[in-house]
Order: sequence, then structure tokens, then C-alpha cells
Amino acid sequence: MYQFRKGTELLNLCQRYELNIDEIILRCEMEESGQSREQIWDLMQDNLQVMQDSISRGLDPDLKSVGGLVGGNASKVQFYMEKDNLCGKTILKAITYALAVSECNAAMGKIVAAPTAGASGILPGILVALAEEKDYSQEELVKALFVAAAVGKIIAANATLSGAEGGCQAECGSASSMAAAAAVFLSGGSPEMSLDAGAIALKGLLGLVCDPVAGLVEVPCSKRNATTTAVAITSADMALAGIKSFIPFDEVVEAMYRVGKSMAADLRETAAGGCAITPTALRYAEHMLSQQSEG
Amino acid sequence: MTSVFQIIGPVMVGPSSSHTAGAARLGNIARRICDEEPVRVDFYLHGSFARTWKGHGTGKALLGGIMGMDPADERIADSFYLAAETGMQYNFHTADLGEVHPNSVKIVMQTADGRIWEMLGSSIGGGKVTVSSINGMDIEFSGDYPTVITFHRDQPGAVAQVSEIISRHNINIAFLKVFRSSRGSDASMVIECDQEVEPELLEEIKALQVIKEVMFINAGLTPAK
Repeated sequence: MYQFRKGTELLNLCQRYELNIDEIILRCEMEESGQSREQIWDLMQDNLQVMQDSISRGLDPDLKSVGGLVGGNASKVQFYMEKDNLCGKTILKAITYALAVSECNAAMGKIVAAPTAGASGILPGILVALAEEKDYSQEELVKALFVAAAVGKIIAANATLSGAEGGCQAECGSASSMAAAAAVFLSGGSPEMSLDAGAIALKGLLGLVCDPVAGLVEVPCSKRNATTTAVAITSADMALAGIKSFIPFDEVVEAMYRVGKSMAADLRETAAGGCAITPTALRYAEHMLSQQSEG
Repeated sequence: MTSVFQIIGPVMVGPSSSHTAGAARLGNIARRICDEEPVRVDFYLHGSFARTWKGHGTGKALLGGIMGMDPADERIADSFYLAAETGMQYNFHTADLGEVHPNSVKIVMQTADGRIWEMLGSSIGGGKVTVSSINGMDIEFSGDYPTVITFHRDQPGAVAQVSEIISRHNINIAFLKVFRSSRGSDASMVIECDQEVEPELLEEIKALQVIKEVMFINAGLTPAK
């Protein structure tokens, strides 16, 4: 009854039942899992709590990642955003929190994969920053997580969320698309606007490669969580301003999958291309490997 | 269909679902294969596990799993210290395990009574795993369901006797797979169930003449929908 595979089907359901995306996906999950509304709601609320805890942990200025390449960057932006800056506080706060979660992840802290561990900073970054800046309640944030999940579910069904299969566009790109749709929802936009924002964000990141230095989830992953967070917010604002995506969301998802399939294996999480084979990266990888064999 | 909690989730200790969360899960399953906490564990890391295990905390996650931690357990980061406290010996080796998934590990555990237990498993992405061998017997299961594994003689009626006990306990079998090394010799059954399995049921299976050994593995995650 509430099941959907495509964005168009989701929008039809929203129209037919006069409900927003959060309620359609919640009812869909109840149907598919056999669990009650309360059970599903509580699980999502628990996820939000883990996201908030991972932000707190990641703001520690002394945090160090396992590979030693990131840590403490969230704290730097947190101080900087109070000073004269370029982006303004909302975007800088979202970037701060996205970096925090991603640095918590790299330091073996607890996070929520959203949709993956490598792209786990974007969604909590935007939602928690908007909640603080615009006074959204925890309940509204949980609803926004359901909206993001609906977008992710469509991408999973019609393309991929895996960097090994589709490059970083499938991980940070998908997360950015999910977060853009959720941000529109929080700001009172329509379901159509949510998917327009999702489409604009994913288009903006089409072709993004997955090229982890030494194969680790640190460089360029962590800072990419921050830059793709900014893409999500700007896409949401465009949709809220009334801009439509000329290419419909479903077609952008198909395009992302096609681009992923035509991407060389070197650029899909194998650490054999892109940033991963720059001289600096190769020097680090060699150093890492020699340390590993000693330990 | 994909659950929303496969999109927003799982909750896990970073940094990598395949190299950390999946590794913890493999360790956790291995721990349930031997009767008690092992006194010594050797991990043979293959492929991408061998190349990047340190930077992904794969070793800490594997060892944490052996000590019973699940992929969301924050103590994983300290598992080396915790193992040292309990006196458990552990070693990591790089190895070529042959034609297996790039993220594979062979775990060899020794218990206090000197017995050796061995498991080969792979982390296949998104924190999901597959186990492909236990104590030299080629089998296959995911750990997503409460799983009963029998080691028995390959003879007529073995499957019927075991499934009769399971059905009498009102447990629904989701998947049943049978493996054997050669006709009439050692065989194994992997029974993935929809419900939790009581210890009495395992005792009943163990009492069957045809059965040599029974293992029960519940890796504690809700069955994938």
C-alpha cells in the first residue's frame, strides 16, 4: 500500500494520502517489517541520539584518527565560525558537525552509517546545525531522518550506496542528496521540493570519485563530508526558493548509477587512483605499511 | 526491500563498515564457535585486510569480537589492552588464503583444554559477513539469523531427525543447507532459524547418535528483512 521504488511513486503516495514523505516511509516500514510505529520511531530516535553523541565526541580538539591524518579539524571550524567569516554561521556550524562525526568515525568512535560510515557526517551535520539555529525539536529531527531514509532507499533500489560500486558520488553524493531533502522538509517545503533538492545535490556531485589515501577512511573522506554538506544546504535553499531540477530526481539517480558503472575500478575505493596515488599519498602509504609490519 | 535502518544505520564503531564493523562481527561469530573464551587467538589476514588492517582498526575489531563485543561496542578501540588484562594471547599474521573474498580472515582459537577451533570468514560489505569454513569443513552462513550448525556422519535420516526436533520445538527454519566432505563421511548442516533456540533443543540434537557436535551461533542482530 505504501511501498515505493521510485521518487515519482513516493510523490504519488504523498498526494494520494495527503501526507508528507516522513509519514509515507514510516507506514511503508511498518508494512514491510511488521513492527509497530512506536518500535520504528524509537529505533530512529536512538539513531539520532548516537548522531548527537558522535558530534560531541568529534569536537574534541585533541582527537586523533587511527591513521593520524585527521582529527581536531571540527574544533578549528567551531572556533572560526564565531569570528568574521565567509559562509555564515549556519553553513559553518553544519560543516563543523559534519567534520566532527567524520573525525569521530576515523578515531574508532561510535557513529550511525548514513548511508555509510565514510559519509556519516553529512546528515547529522545539517540536521543538528539547523535544529540549533532554527529551534527544531527532537521530534522534527526524527521525522527529517525518515525523509532522508526515503531518499536513500530510492537510491539503493535504483542505483547504489557503495563507493566500491559507484565511487564517492554514491556515498557522499547520496548522503548530500538525502540531507538536502531532509533540510527542505524541516524548512516546511513540499515533498516535490524535497526531491528537487535531492536531485540538485546529487547532480552537483555527479562523477565524484572514491580515492582514499592508503585505503583509509580519512583523506579525502573527512573533508569531503564537509564540502558535500555545503552542497546539500545550497541545494535545499535553491529548492526552497522555487527552483526545480530540470532533470527529475529518478533520472538523476539513474544517471549516477550509469556514471558509477563507467567509472574505472581505480576510482572506486581501491586506492589506486585520484588523490590516493599522488606523491604525498604514496609517501604516506609507504610509511603506514612499514609501521604496520613493525607492529 | 531495504529497511530504513539499513539506510540510516547500522550504529557502529568506525571507521569502516567492511574493515571494522564486519571484522568485529566475524570475531564475534568465531567466539561463539568455541565453547569458552580462548586463551590464544591467531588471525590470518588476507587481501585488503592484510594491507590496511591497522589503519582501519581491523585487528582491534576482530579481537573485540572474540571477547564478545558487537560492532557498536565502543570498547573495541581498547580491545588490545582489555585482552592483555585478561591474559589472552593474540597474534596477527598476513597470509594468502587463496581464492577468497579480498576482506577475509582465518581465525584459529585455542581454548584452555588445548583444543583448537578454526573459522574462515569474509566481510562482504556494509558490515555484512559470510562464514565459509569451520574446523576445516566447508559450509556457508551469514550470522544474520539464529543459526544451528551440526557436524554429523553422512547417513540416511540425519537431516530428518534433526529437523523433527526443531519442528517439535515450534521453530521455523528460514534456510537449511547441507554440506559434506565426501559421501558417507563427515557432513554438516547449517540451519538458520526465525526464532531464538533454547539450550534444551541443542541438547536433544546432541543426544542423537548420528551427531558428533552441535554449535549454536546467534550474532545478536535482528534478521535482515
